[in-house]
Amino acid sequence: MSNIQPSKGGTKDQPGLRYPTNGKTIYHRPLNRAKTAELSGASFAYLFSEMVGYASKKIESIQDLEKRLNVQGHPIGLKLLDLLLYREPARTQTRPLNIITLLHFIKINVWQHLFGQAADGLEKSSDPSKPDEYMIIDNEPLVNRYISVPKDMSQLNCAAYVAGIIEGVCDGSAFPARVTAHSVGRQEEGEMWPGRTVFLVKFAPEVMEREGYLGKG
Amino acid sequence: MSYYFAIVGTQDNPLFEYEFGTSKQGGDGQARFAEQARHMNQFIVHSSLDIIEEVQWGNGQMYLKCVDKFFNNYVSCFLTGGNVKFLLLHQPTNSAGLPGSVASSAASSPSAAAAAAAAVGSRSSTSIGANPTSPQTEEAVRSFMLEVYESWVKTLMSPFYRANMEVRSPVFRQRVAAAGRKYL
Repeated sequence: MSNIQPSKGGTKDQPGLRYPTNGKTIYHRPLNRAKTAELSGASFAYLFSEMVGYASKKIESIQDLEKRLNVQGHPIGLKLLDLLLYREPARTQTRPLNIITLLHFIKINVWQHLFGQAADGLEKSSDPSKPDEYMIIDNEPLVNRYISVPKDMSQLNCAAYVAGIIEGVCDGSAFPARVTAHSVGRQEEGEMWPGRTVFLVKFAPEVMEREGYLGKG
Repeated sequence: MSYYFAIVGTQDNPLFEYEFGTSKQGGDGQARFAEQARHMNQFIVHSSLDIIEEVQWGNGQMYLKCVDKFFNNYVSCFLTGGNVKFLLLHQPTNSAGLPGSVASSAASSPSAAAAAAAAVGSRSSTSIGANPTSPQTEEAVRSFMLEVYESWVKTLMSPFYRANMEVRSPVFRQRVAAAGRKYL
């Protein structure tokens, strides 16, 4: 710890550090933003297609590609967690303490922030042998809106990127989990939600252990 | 009254540290730790991490108030959503409970010292330094922590910042110093 030296003398005598000409750094910018501030869907779709293109270079399997998209989303989740908690009103500014509050936070706050609406569903796995699995359901993921998956890559779901964001939020709040995206929409004629995606959240064993312990106490 | 502030990451790794003194009641904002105590501070603060890990699951608040006490050192904690700990060690110069540790400092006013000696926790003392566990002190530390938290979230927003990286920004240090001057 002692190797962290306080930087005395301020800004002038640090040759490596560059400042913007107006002297404003990230610390001078406000963290709150207007409720209506939205980004252009077209520019997002363009950037996202580039990200998918970049991630699909030199891959060996579809899992590889999904893994890369997941990794791209992970730091966003970590950062989003603190940003959204910061924006909460002081009264409800609490860290998630159990799985349900955490998933609820993701379903409502994270989804609202990213996609302008809450997620369409939140379910617990009905299989009694898998109590550590939860599902967040989105009928029409925004990231997949302009993506058509080629026939030979039919298992691919680019919402793996969103799965990475969810994983980041879970990991950040000390609920380590594996999150994967799965397409469950049927490709039949007249199907209401062909792009329906389930985000499968599988929590680590230590989370389940702690959950049981806290539930008793 | 001297303060030692540290930010500890999720791997119990130090990310930032800063020492300062009170600016209230004529204080000059300089920390007055003995040279030996400065090394001890790091140990005291880190030893409170075990307690925080227990407390953090009982209470969803970010500000966990005063979590640990080691002789005349009080440790307050603020836990962010991302499990990063802000730890503030405060060392009152005029503690009533420990006569041996009373250090005569030019910064502490005699009246506040007398009031604290008369009754710890009494409302007559407005010095936040004198009563480390009084509601006034808790509120002052809360305000300080919230201001640091704002700067911390801004640090996180930097696309070049990855989790558990040391914070070297001189602007961040200035912000922490300003919050310390304002509230403590």
